Amino acid sequence: MRYYDKLIFELSKPGRKGWSLKDSFCGGAAAPAAPVPSGLCRQTPLGLPEVSEVDVVRHYTNLSQMNFGVDTGFYPLGSCTMKYNPKINEEISTLFDDIHPLQPESTVGGVKEVYEKMDSCLAAITGMKHFTFLPCAGAHGELTGLMLMKEYHISRGDTARTKVIVPDSAHGTNPASAAVCGFEIIVVKSGANGLVDVESLKPLLGPDIAGIMMTNPNTLGLFEREIREIAALVHGCGGLLYYDGANMNPLLGMVRPGDMGFDIMHLNLHKTFSTPHGGGGPGSGPVGVAEALVPLLGKPHVSGFHGNAAVILKAYAYILTLGREHISMAGKLATLNANYIKESLKDVYKLPIPTVCKHEFVFDGLLNDGAREGVAGATTLDVAKRLLDFGFHAPTIYFPLLFHQALMIEPTETESKEILDEFIEVMRKIAAEAAEDPDILHQAPHDTPIGRPDETAAARNPILQYR
Amino acid sequence: MSKIVEGLLYSESHEWVKVDGDVAIIGVSDFAQEEMGDITYVDMPEEGDEVAAGEEFGALESVKASSELYSPVSGKVVAVNSAVEDSPELINEDPYTNWIIKVKMSDSSELNSLLTAAAYGQKL
Repeated sequence: MRYYDKLIFELSKPGRKGWSLKDSFCGGAAAPAAPVPSGLCRQTPLGLPEVSEVDVVRHYTNLSQMNFGVDTGFYPLGSCTMKYNPKINEEISTLFDDIHPLQPESTVGGVKEVYEKMDSCLAAITGMKHFTFLPCAGAHGELTGLMLMKEYHISRGDTARTKVIVPDSAHGTNPASAAVCGFEIIVVKSGANGLVDVESLKPLLGPDIAGIMMTNPNTLGLFEREIREIAALVHGCGGLLYYDGANMNPLLGMVRPGDMGFDIMHLNLHKTFSTPHGGGGPGSGPVGVAEALVPLLGKPHVSGFHGNAAVILKAYAYILTLGREHISMAGKLATLNANYIKESLKDVYKLPIPTVCKHEFVFDGLLNDGAREGVAGATTLDVAKRLLDFGFHAPTIYFPLLFHQALMIEPTETESKEILDEFIEVMRKIAAEAAEDPDILHQAPHDTPIGRPDETAAARNPILQYR
Repeated sequence: MSKIVEGLLYSESHEWVKVDGDVAIIGVSDFAQEEMGDITYVDMPEEGDEVAAGEEFGALESVKASSELYSPVSGKVVAVNSAVEDSPELINEDPYTNWIIKVKMSDSSELNSLLTAAAYGQKL
């Protein structure tokens, strides 16, 4: 891979052009239809880069080569569900290319129809009553959901509920969203089996509890088997249950958060429903609620910046492509793939909780890190860096915080057995290297344009300006 | 092995206290800075703020995590160490010299519930 980090402005040469159009076509000296007040007219020419077509093509192609995405290779980033983004969804989403959020609602009936159909699809999949499509990402959904939780209690005159419970294995966004919403955070411990410990939960419950936030399966990839009891306990003290939908993938078409007892939830359309994310596209985090909270959602609208319409359309296309008959295959295969990798590597990587997992699982570093007199052992960071040399994206590392060397692998359902086998073989090779000579790992990656950025220096003395 | 300094008092949440008359000088232990890794930011209270024993008064952020700071005693903040605010790495370099805040104690009997160096060492 060739290192490339130029700005297109650096390629600019005065007078160089990639187009030739008549002045009258693109405005030029022609007067605008409605006169612009002179004070608002630009006094200097627009500062655009002056480049040829081939400059532009090479520039963006080179930049794209600096990227690694799910279209490039295997991307087992735990808790992120980097499943393949079917291209038919992109094609279909172009139907919304020519509309504007400020168009009158009467002219965007098609968008309204898609929103309504998605509302029924998601309600059927999750067991919620209705969804709002306003939130544009997972954490945005969490905040929206918690504001609904707060408003629900206040609307009933119940103003003493100031605390939200989160498990110690929670996604960091859960306590963060609750704090932004003005709640005090109470942490409930996990038991040795990695699940929320019901006995530790009981003493936390009371008239000051607004609710609990959980993801199921949790961040260790384990199904919270006592969720029904937890729901009964939390409802018993007057609290609500919030479902963080980041880990919904294995449950798709199999188990519904509504049936588990959850009252509010968000879905990450950009995870579970295959729309691109990361650098690949905007997210969408629709929030669903049980019947009692429906009045708080307000009247549904589509115009005026109500959610990422094209993303919702892509997710709708995904649901229709799989259909009611096949949608559960996503979760089954994701679960099978995760268990296959886990079982194939647990003799060389430390598996702290050796039970059947859902769509992802967590290792706690290498079983043999190669540490010896004068040689430091290979850490999870070293394993992750070494994977880059073999053309794989690294898994999530050092999360969840329950284990010091956490390495969280989520293969998703869209990978073939051949890819999984290749990954397993590489992970075994890396484990063997670590046992033999951990320095091979310490020096990795060897072939990427950037190796080991100094994260400490970047955090302490950030350089926020280009060059 | 983390360093523990004799003569200081310690909290279960890894803060240390050095008593100077009615003023408590507060920092974090060597164990805390080791666990945190390279500290990149110290979130400080302001001079004059009231703090309460067991309550949060600030936070440390590192490349790895963010961790709240809990005040071992109640009282009024009379000084904050701007040196560690500007250069958080000082806490990694010497957590016992580089204190974080000084608190004028409102109830010095709270010191009795803190751990001695020996008792803290046993906890680790």
